[in-house]
This record gives sequence, structure tokens and C-alpha cells, in this order.
Amino acid sequence: MPAIPSGVPERARTVLDEADISRALTRIAHEILERAKGAEDVMLLGIPTRGAVLSRRIAARIADVEGTTVPVGSLDVTMYRDDLRLKPARALERTEIPDEGVDGRLIVLVDDVLYSGRTIRAALDALNDLGRPRAVQLAVLVDRGHRELPIRADYVGKNLPTSQRESVKVRLREHDGVRHDAVYLGTDPATESETAI
Amino acid sequence: MRRHLLSTADLSQDDAVLILDTAEEIARLAARPIKKLPTLRGRTVVNLFFEDSTRTRTSFEVAAKRLSADVINFSAKGSSVSKGESLKDTALTLEAMGADAVVVRHSASGAAYRLANAGWTTSHVVNAGDGTHEHPTQALLDAFTMRRHLGGFDGRRVTIVGDVLHSRVARSNVQLLATLGARVTLVAPPTLLPVGVANWPCEVAYDLDAVIPDSDAIMMLRVQRERMNGGFFPTQREYSRRYGLDAQRLARLPDKAIVMHPGPMVRGMEISAEVADSDRSVIVEQVANGVSVRMAVLYLLLSGNESAIGHVAPQEYPHENTESKGAAA
Repeated sequence: MPAIPSGVPERARTVLDEADISRALTRIAHEILERAKGAEDVMLLGIPTRGAVLSRRIAARIADVEGTTVPVGSLDVTMYRDDLRLKPARALERTEIPDEGVDGRLIVLVDDVLYSGRTIRAALDALNDLGRPRAVQLAVLVDRGHRELPIRADYVGKNLPTSQRESVKVRLREHDGVRHDAVYLGTDPATESETAI
Repeated sequence: MRRHLLSTADLSQDDAVLILDTAEEIARLAARPIKKLPTLRGRTVVNLFFEDSTRTRTSFEVAAKRLSADVINFSAKGSSVSKGESLKDTALTLEAMGADAVVVRHSASGAAYRLANAGWTTSHVVNAGDGTHEHPTQALLDAFTMRRHLGGFDGRRVTIVGDVLHSRVARSNVQLLATLGARVTLVAPPTLLPVGVANWPCEVAYDLDAVIPDSDAIMMLRVQRERMNGGFFPTQREYSRRYGLDAQRLARLPDKAIVMHPGPMVRGMEISAEVADSDRSVIVEQVANGVSVRMAVLYLLLSGNESAIGHVAPQEYPHENTESKGAAA
């Protein structure tokens, strides 16, 4: 059993390992292409920071399958969050919209964990200020339930039944400096609020 | 805990870098069709200007509006201030109106500190220039502009030339640039340097020509005639010849060095028109960057339940009178 990366509760168990994550992303890439009947007007926008990493991986898989590159960017939703006043002021993340723009495109938002749905609500608002996409879809690596808004994902890597006292931690090589990708599930009320919600 | 931005000396290196990074992300949004962000919806920002200013007031107003805050402009002319109302009474009035932040400019040094710490208001106070003391957001936008052009601050040499004595911009810049790791040299006639400048974290020189070849950025200050009531230099022409930036001096700057000016400029005095309009001049860019930097400051002070930056009020203010203590909580 490899060492537990920082920020992950001590007795957390691995619910997805590197191979599982890889297969899930490959499947999501195929599903996106199948639903969109090709990659023509698809644009991936990852929600920083791990969603942005995942969106680049999905884009790479789409390129492998279709032989075409889809534009990929990142969309920071911090300024649009509804819980800004509940926490200390926080740093912004990078927003990078590809030059093609979002107008008339099929936008696939990508995030690591879908929980309350409030991040996605904020992302939809942020997208609204950028233009008018043809349609917006949502891809997540883990759906852990407990939605607080009428939002659902179109592409899910894994549905993970959790209790609200548990925390789900995603660790990715490019972002977290770990040797292997993994998703952990553990009980740690102290750090629970830090999880992507 | 209310926190304020009163002086660049209150900012740690982490704070300063956080403001610049936040401003950088905000600046990227400026190209979007919809520039407004919903972040400070429902908050009220009061621009309290006891001194004339077009650039700074407009810049703060645009910054607050882009963050969806309500903005109330309150200038000394045409208000009760011209009828003799004090800073305290004005502050109490604004407090009763429920301002979340007060952006204050005043001709008295220390006015912003007094407003923040005297217990007259529960708002966040942002110093937009107090007398000859500090103008922190100007220094932040200067630093932002420098970082974009010079890549960083470590070991970069910044030369600030002119009326340092009356310049709040110079004071704020010296502190901030020292915090960020740049090397600052002040160049001025001895009459226009303040007492105690030897204790500032910078070097002092009197010969501009000797410093020019070693400057990565050169910042020209306006000679503030409105604050002068004595003879600080013989003639305008002599000042301009020894301390003005003209085309000849510009040619001796290193290739990538930039020319800055906090505005308003007096063309032909501290800077020649030719230099001000040259491609080395980033003066117009400084103004544009001002909005991004002020948005970052308002965002970091106001958006959360705790500010990410700024001055923490001391437990007890030495001059505080007992009657106003109740409002300090």
C-alpha cells in the first residue's frame, strides 16, 4: 500500500486507482464523441484546478480516437460562488478561454468531484458572461451525491455513495506531485469542507 | 476583524504577490464582452475624496462597478465638508448609511489611519492618498506594471526621480518594492528629499546621469507646486535640466528599461513630451492596470468573511476618546 498523499485522511481507502481513472476518462471521451456525433464543435472547459487537469487528459484521448484536437481551456468560478461571504477571501485561479470562443459551441464542463452542485451553478453563471454556447454538458470523475441544486452530470467516471461526514480526495500526478493518480474516500470532518463541492 | 489598506508597509511579500496575482487574473477578464462580475453585489463602496483627483477616483469607481458594488461618490466640493464638517462627522454620516468600504483621499497625512482606527466606522478603509504620506494602490499598480515588463523584482533596479519630499507615491513605492525584492534608488535635489530618508530601504543619489545606465525602470515624479511654499530649486529650467527625463537621457537607459509616471504629468518639466509619448513609456498602461489592481484590492478586502490582506487595527488607538469606543467592535 503506497503512502497516503498530503491532505488525505489517514485511514482513507482508495476507491479509484490509476488504471480505474484512466479507463473512466477514456470511456468519458468516447461518450462525449458518441453523443456529439464527432468532435466538431466540442470545447472542453475544466474547472480549476483538478478539473482543468482532467479536461486536458480527456482532450488528449479525444485526439487519439478522432485524430482531431478539440479546444480545451479552464474556467475559474471563484468570483461567481454563492459561499464567498462564508469563508475568508480567496485567491483566484486561471481562466483561459480558447480563442475560438464559446458562442455556438458544445461546451463540456469538467470537474473532479460533483457534490452539492453549487460549483457547477457558478460555472453556468460564469459561462453566461462569456457568450452563448449551443449546449452545455457536464463531465465529472466522481459523483458523490448530496446535491443541493437541480444539477446532474452527463458523463460520470464513478458514482460513489458517500455520507456527508466523509471526504473525497482526488490526487493527480500533474497537479499534486504524487506518483500515482488516485481517488480516496475517508472520514475527516476537519478537512471535509476543503473537498471540491 | 476589519482590515484596511492604509500603507504598503502593512503588506507582507505574500500579501503583495497575492494582490498582483489576483490583479493578473482579473486583467485577463478585461477582454471579455461582459466585464462585470457579480462578486460584490449588494456591497456599497464610498469614494470619499477631500482632495481633487480624476484618475484615482474614476479608477476606483470603475473597479467597484465592475465587481457589481454600489458606488457613492462623495467629494469635498459640494458637500457639507465645504460648510465646515469634520472628517469625523462625515465618517459618522457614512457609517449611518452602511458603507462596506470607504476609499478615502485627504490632504492630511494620516487621515486614512485615523478614519480606520478611531472607531468612527466599521467599514474597510482603503487609502487613496493621504497628504504626503502614502498612496498604496498607486504603488501596487506600478509594481504590477513593472512585473509585467521586467518579469519579476529580484535584483531589478528601480529609479525614482523628482519631488520625493511631497510624494506619497514615492513613499508607498519604496516600501512595496523593497518588500518585493527590487533595489530602489531615489534621485532628487537635496531640498526635495524628506528628513529621515536615510532610514528608508533604498539608496539616495543626486546625479541622475550616473544612475540612468543602471535602471530597469525609471519613475518620474511631478513637482508638486501646490504643496510648495518655499524655494526648493532656483528655476524650473534648472530643475528640468538636472532632473528631467529628455530624449538624450532616454537614449542612455538600458534597452528594455521602461519609463513610468504616476500622473498627472507636467510635460516639459520632469518629463519631455517626446519621452512621454515614446514606445518606452508605459504611462497609459499604468492607468489601465490601475482598474485591475483596485478590483483585486476590493475583492481581497471585501469578498470573504475575512479579508485576505491588509492592516489589522491595533487593540487600542492611543487618541481614541471613550464616547466613540462603542462603534469600534
